[in-house]
Amino acid sequence: MIDLEFVINTLSLGSLYALLALGLVLVYGILKLVNFAYGEYLTIAGYAIFLSATALSFPWWATMLVAVIAAMSVSFLTEFAAFRPVRSKSMDAMLVTSFAVSIFLQNLVLIVISPRAKAVPFPAFFSDTVTVGGATVPVRNLLVIGTTLVVLTVLSIVMKKTVLGMAMRAAAGKFETTRLMGVPANTVIAAAFIISGFLAGTAGIFWVGRSASVDPITGSAPLLIAFIATVIGGMHSPVGAVVGGYVYGLLFNVLSITLPASMISYRDAFMFAIVVLFLLFRPEGIVRHGYIEERVG
Amino acid sequence: METMLRVTDIHAAYGAVRALHGVSLEVAEGEVVALLGVNGAGKSTTLRAITGLMKPTQGSITFRGEDITGRKPESIVKRGLSLVPEGREIFSTLTVEENLRLGAYVSYSRETYREDLEEMFELFPILKERFTQAGGLLSGGEQQMLAIARALMARPKLLMLDEPSLGLSPAITDHVFELIAQLRERGLTILLVEQNAERALEVVDKAYLLSNGVVEASGTAAEVKAQVDLASIYLGGEDSDGTGVGM
Ligand SMILES: Nc1ncnc2c1ncn2[C@@H]1O[C@H](COP(=O)(O)OP(=O)(O)OP(=O)(O)O)[C@@H](O)[C@H]1O
Ligand SMILES: [Mg+2]
Repeated sequence: MIDLEFVINTLSLGSLYALLALGLVLVYGILKLVNFAYGEYLTIAGYAIFLSATALSFPWWATMLVAVIAAMSVSFLTEFAAFRPVRSKSMDAMLVTSFAVSIFLQNLVLIVISPRAKAVPFPAFFSDTVTVGGATVPVRNLLVIGTTLVVLTVLSIVMKKTVLGMAMRAAAGKFETTRLMGVPANTVIAAAFIISGFLAGTAGIFWVGRSASVDPITGSAPLLIAFIATVIGGMHSPVGAVVGGYVYGLLFNVLSITLPASMISYRDAFMFAIVVLFLLFRPEGIVRHGYIEERVG
Repeated sequence: METMLRVTDIHAAYGAVRALHGVSLEVAEGEVVALLGVNGAGKSTTLRAITGLMKPTQGSITFRGEDITGRKPESIVKRGLSLVPEGREIFSTLTVEENLRLGAYVSYSRETYREDLEEMFELFPILKERFTQAGGLLSGGEQQMLAIARALMARPKLLMLDEPSLGLSPAITDHVFELIAQLRERGLTILLVEQNAERALEVVDKAYLLSNGVVEASGTAAEVKAQVDLASIYLGGEDSDGTGVGM
């Protein structure tokens, strides 16, 4: 039962979920805001591929580049135009703003493009299958694993080695003190939204690639997955988010093969039950601390 | 001596809780000034207003002739005003090295950075030993050293310290006060917030005594010492009703 195919498929699902969760946590870490508009950045990525491929006839690699850039830009723009003006107000105002941005973006694509799903063109090799060590897997699944590996490596280098990365890690724990070092609040927050958008865009390519279609509420499911993964892994560190993504992927695939056929439609209910158990018995998630306990005295 | 920092009649509040009711003070270039007072007197609030972490509802703050009232903290640091915050506020997941690098955010240049680091290692040898360790793993005293070094990395013209001896052992407290004396000798301008009035008055030129959000006494260290029943401020740290201060 635990064969190579299972391992590869679980790693691929986990990678996708890890990207999703990480993008949500990067903003949460700094602003303590669950950005409900996050899913819409994936939707935007999907429409960006659709438009650049159909209206502009871009080659496949350019459509994907456009998708990532579009998600990053929209993420930054929502920060700049919507969150920044209310940031000094209450946390509730921020949360309401994130709902408003989410609904705004959904309706924007609904009005400007169409309320109905659009077929998104992907290159043929994306859905081809290859045989790896006797296991038959879609190329897409291998691509998402490789892409995630590269993205996580680059991101951790950026966070460790650059001053902006240091400032972002510092701000996630102590925002005011980071400003006292002279680091502009706007810079750190904008960087978090841009990286968050980058992750949403990258994940968006693979998310949309599974069904090869996009509609105005494409982003709802991935938002929920990102949220659940962070509850499982831990809201307080990027490592927690990544761990949560992979654990979620594993739980999901284990449920898929162990549940009897008659109960497979209740898989999501089981996932929610697991989340409730986490909230009850381990509310801080698997990765308890992204930080070292402060010593006093 | 030229006035470096001038705080004029500032008022500040946390929502409905009014913390400052018109605080004025002055720090001249090269001077070491103490801001004293019991728990809740408004010392930290005064520093928060000066650093821009909090907007005063009234009054003005000028630094080296420029009005900085209500400016952002990041732009105030750039002008040469650094704070060692109450409770040290070390970035605990970052290494000592990274803490210092962020401290140098506004002053960074390839040439000066190494020099400044070497200078910090001279002042605080322990930081060299702990260089690659996470800040959160340091002891309280070591964290205080790191917090001071981090602020100095910005090459401030005025250094403000908020209760640097709080929660430290007597030996380490001695060390902190020695350090302040040392920095003073180098000509650094310092605004020192302390509850430990007796110790503070030994190292400063001038002092202000805050009580319930207003300046209750001020003058040279000797004048303030004479004016105020020191024992009562010092012990008065326990009761915050302010009655412990005799004039
Ligand atoms: N975050 C806050 N919210 C509401 N009230 C506050 C807050 N911080 C301080 N205060 C109030 O403002 C007043 C001044 O507090 P402040 O922290 O400036 O005192 P302090 O002199 O620094 O005291 P300590 O010696 O204990 O640090 C106090 O009455 C305090 O209760
Ligand atoms: Mg204080």
